[in-house]
Amino acid sequence: MELLVQLITSGLTNGAVYSLAAFGFVLIYKASDVLNFAQGELLLVGAYMTYFFVGQLSLPWPVGILLALGVAVLVGVVVERLVLRPLIGEPILSVIMVTIGLASVLKAIVLGVWTPLPRAFPAFIPSGKVNVLGVIVGSDRLWAIGLAGLMLGGFSLFFRRSSDGIAMRAVADDQQAALSMGISVRRVFAVTWSIAAVSATIAGLLLANIIGVSGAISNIGLAVFPVVILGGLDSIPGAVVGGLIIGVLQALVGGYVGHGLSDVVPFIVLVLILMVRPYGLFGQEIIERV
Amino acid sequence: MESGVFHTTYESDTKLRRTPAQKIRLVLLLAFLLIFPFVAGRYYLTLANLVGIAVIGALGLNILTGFTGQISLGQGGFMAVGAYATGVLTAQVGLPFWLTIPIACTLTAIVGAIFGIPSLRLKGLYLAIATLAAQIIILWVVTHWKALTGGVDSLVVPNTEIFGFNFNSGNSDFRWYWPILGFATLSVLFTVNLFRSRVGRAFVAIRDQDIAAEVMGVNLFVYKLLAFAVSSFLVGLAGALTAHYRLIVTWERFTLETSILYLAMIIVGGLGSVSGSVLGAALLTLLPAFISNVGMALSGVAPALAHMMPYVQQGVFGAVIILFLIVEPEGLAKIWKDIKDYFRLWPFPY
Repeated sequence: MELLVQLITSGLTNGAVYSLAAFGFVLIYKASDVLNFAQGELLLVGAYMTYFFVGQLSLPWPVGILLALGVAVLVGVVVERLVLRPLIGEPILSVIMVTIGLASVLKAIVLGVWTPLPRAFPAFIPSGKVNVLGVIVGSDRLWAIGLAGLMLGGFSLFFRRSSDGIAMRAVADDQQAALSMGISVRRVFAVTWSIAAVSATIAGLLLANIIGVSGAISNIGLAVFPVVILGGLDSIPGAVVGGLIIGVLQALVGGYVGHGLSDVVPFIVLVLILMVRPYGLFGQEIIERV
Repeated sequence: MESGVFHTTYESDTKLRRTPAQKIRLVLLLAFLLIFPFVAGRYYLTLANLVGIAVIGALGLNILTGFTGQISLGQGGFMAVGAYATGVLTAQVGLPFWLTIPIACTLTAIVGAIFGIPSLRLKGLYLAIATLAAQIIILWVVTHWKALTGGVDSLVVPNTEIFGFNFNSGNSDFRWYWPILGFATLSVLFTVNLFRSRVGRAFVAIRDQDIAAEVMGVNLFVYKLLAFAVSSFLVGLAGALTAHYRLIVTWERFTLETSILYLAMIIVGGLGSVSGSVLGAALLTLLPAFISNVGMALSGVAPALAHMMPYVQQGVFGAVIILFLIVEPEGLAKIWKDIKDYFRLWPFPY
């Protein structure tokens, strides 16, 4: 029982990070039909930026995080303008490859400047032990889950209430119609990439808080794929639910079956989902059969 | 004054080499390839052999992705199948070279066809993700099937001997140059001719419009799996040659990065172009070597730069992909064609 609760909480923590990373991924896919292979690298940039501002320049926490988020917005806008916009309307393979090239460049810059040696992340979440249902759980993990929930809640409010958010939903639904209603699709794309980079930065610093600052952070870019396929490529609730399910599944398999298997289990799930229900749990059923 | 190449008979239209200029270039290329190993040092021979293997792998991927339009991120996994099959057959079963190569290639073709099954239902993005899963699952099996592959430890392959001639002793790079050149040439000829046949034309039809192709009598089920099998056969050949040439098989050589490297080769070279596969494979194999040479030369001036080289390589690699996609999406093959056209039409290029 104790093992089970511990596995589930650690699974939920990883799952919360997956959800945040997958959120940005789904957002970009929904708005612009781009499969973003550089999502893991956006997390990497976010984690290293926070580390730079707080750990190396020793700025106070709120300032450091705000600056890191500012850099994320900048990265998002620049990437969209310089790399993605020239490729609007190009074949899928070109768009995939350009994000792969982008991932390579981002990773090279970050690791070239800071070297991939693992470093301790300055603790901003109070560490300690909390008693949940009679089981001792690290409080940093609970904080991570809470923060991720808060972020996702904030974003969903943004999509429902703010005019930018509603414009983004309109563009995701139908670009032509949105254009004719006077929505600037270019602006929406730029906002989309910034929000994706911001959510990736937060996911990155939550992850860095758990595993430390190192090149390994970008590995989560791959882990996002089973999550978004399970939840549905174009569904934001799907990204959240999928992230939590994959996180818990990985923890359970790792705890009860063996550590080796937990890396590959999400991808086996992915293949099964693609065979049976390619649009995932909550995705729109528009996949074209051949 | 010529304004282009125009064919007036079917015979001239279907010839492989159509113009005198092409024949001259072919002779020059052959002369270069034959003289090169006798004048080049060991380092350049190693590079040449790696280029040769990469050409075979890139041709295989281009058949699938460039010509048939099925995006594959599973290249590294398929190469691993070919390499590990060769390693196991040579080291544990003790089969000779001329048996391991065809068996390993056939096995890879079968594995490729199995992982091609999702392509019958999925296309585009979803197929890319499915092949990504194939890559990760294959590599996981390879690193965890300890009894057969040695797990994460490397698998040592014995020397290759044919009729008592040991390819891996003495100047092994020189000795291996010839079989690799032979296999690469065969692969190029095979691919060129494949797309002059019914099968190749069917592949291209599937790429351009799969439903229209089916209406015209191309059996999608058969031809898609065939595309995966043919492509994986060549990819398996590249993996098998790597195993025999390097004498060691390690999983690090067949990760997702390998898949991406090969995709980059065919994009930089030119999708759906045989000469593009060759040019792209050569460029992306030689570029990292060139960069590390520059780093070595500069290490006396700026020692800190030597440590940066892996990141410079990675950054330049990504930048090359982005630049080609934005500036010249049709790749080196198009640039080469433009250069030829420029000289042919000079001085009135319109």
